[in-house]
Amino acid sequence: MRVLYFAWLRQKVGTAEEEVSPPPEVRDVAGLVRWLSARSPAHAAAFADPRQVRAAVNQDFATPDHPVAANDEVAFFPPVTGG
Amino acid sequence: MARILVQEAAFDLAAETAALTAGRTDVGGVASFLGVCRGDDGLAAMVLEHYPGMTERAIARIAAEAEARWPLTGCTVIHRTGRILPGEPIVLVLTASAHRAAALEACAFLIDWLKTKAPFWKREEFADGRERWVAARAEDDEAAARWIRAGAA
Repeated sequence: MRVLYFAWLRQKVGTAEEEVSPPPEVRDVAGLVRWLSARSPAHAAAFADPRQVRAAVNQDFATPDHPVAANDEVAFFPPVTGG
Repeated sequence: MARILVQEAAFDLAAETAALTAGRTDVGGVASFLGVCRGDDGLAAMVLEHYPGMTERAIARIAAEAEARWPLTGCTVIHRTGRILPGEPIVLVLTASAHRAAALEACAFLIDWLKTKAPFWKREEFADGRERWVAARAEDDEAAARWIRAGAA
């Protein structure tokens, strides 16, 4: 699974992209956030305030209950501020 | 089919506007929104980050929604990324239609949804060296929400 980070999440995690292999019990976006948060203090800091984190699965916005699978591209980022 | 560009380079408002009416006589009005970088509070530059791939998909989806709701003869969305200085343009939305109401409403819809449904993030750089990520504004969510109607995305 390819995980991407943008904006301040990228800065807090310390990388723009990582390849991960979560265990089978990680089934959705919320479960992936919990699993990633345990990987390092930097990950924990990035995900500390869930209200400030949005996600996309395979380049579509996704809610916490959206399923994730081994070959997905999952991105985490703050609320968008374009325009 | 909308013309959608995500690019670092500046764009030519006059040329883009002319392209929407070139060779056709069914256009009664072209509405435009030009977003410009303000230099508030000692801002030195705005740096725009985006999610390549998803950005283009998200804008295409928003443009398709505009084309489904209003009878547009043309539609152009250009969003810049990278480092943008105060006074420089950031985003251009152009909508063309036979009548002004459709062009004006579709243009307002497009910029409202672009602000809340396309994966861009702004980082502000100040003259004194400070940096700050721009926070999302509740007003932008409210502006986007006014276009939500029963049965629509």
